Amino acid sequence: MRCAAAVETERAATPSETVAPDVPWITLVHNDPVNLMSYVAYVFQSYFGYSEAKANQLMLDVHNKGRAVVSSGTREEMERDVQAMHGYGLWATLRQDR
Amino acid sequence: MSRYFTAEDGGAAASFDELEAGLLRAYAEQMLELIDAREGTGATAEDLIASAFREGPTERPDDPALARLFPDAYTDLGPDGDAQAASAEFRRYTEDDLRARKRDDAQAVIRSLEALAPEGRRRKTLRLKPDECRQWLGALNDLRLVLASRLEIVDEEDFEALMDLDDDDPRVPLVYSYGWLTTLQDTLVEAMMRSL
Repeated sequence: MRCAAAVETERAATPSETVAPDVPWITLVHNDPVNLMSYVAYVFQSYFGYSEAKANQLMLDVHNKGRAVVSSGTREEMERDVQAMHGYGLWATLRQDR
Repeated sequence: MSRYFTAEDGGAAASFDELEAGLLRAYAEQMLELIDAREGTGATAEDLIASAFREGPTERPDDPALARLFPDAYTDLGPDGDAQAASAEFRRYTEDDLRARKRDDAQAVIRSLEALAPEGRRRKTLRLKPDECRQWLGALNDLRLVLASRLEIVDEEDFEALMDLDDDDPRVPLVYSYGWLTTLQDTLVEAMMRSL
């Protein structure tokens, strides 16, 4: 498992003025027709440390609903997770959980 | 020995003949070229020195395959937010690292296949340690993303349609490669799941 450049990421994470401070941030993984279901479940298990059951459920949510919330926390933490997902080749974005 | 990956000693193994090894190596080499085609991000000594003194890129790549390898991190920041500016900022601090990882993964594949060097139709067994498995998995996934982008696979139906191409369609070899890479990746994931 890799999780590179956390220090660099934090510099990118200065909140803009329009962001409500108390609302948590979420990482979304989006469906695409290329990433294998087995691979997506593998990434959720190996990067987030989720159980096989939870990883499979999230993978199925991505597949069936088009996207799933895979983690939540501070903006800095979510930027780290999004960067890691991009490293694995999954399409991930972050936003505030409104 | 199987043409596809099986679990072995905490890692994985698969066999390749000269044609297969050459094809995969050529794809990995093209991946390096594609990654380095991103303006001002090459891998010459001058580029590397220059990159140490500048900030990373901020623009989403124009090439759809590159845009898929290096996607935007923000698409929705609400009515008052500026997702484009936030994505540019994120990209500035992360894309160089992401590019370095993708280069490393492609180079790991090239190294393995160079060392294996099968001759003719005689298959040789490639054995990957766990770390190498992770690099191969990343490289195979990146290659499939690029091939899918070139084949314009946007949803599941597009892929189904490619299964019914006429034999003389110029996309047939690429579709065949895509299917082969898919099975390689799928069997490698399965092998790695056993050692999680």
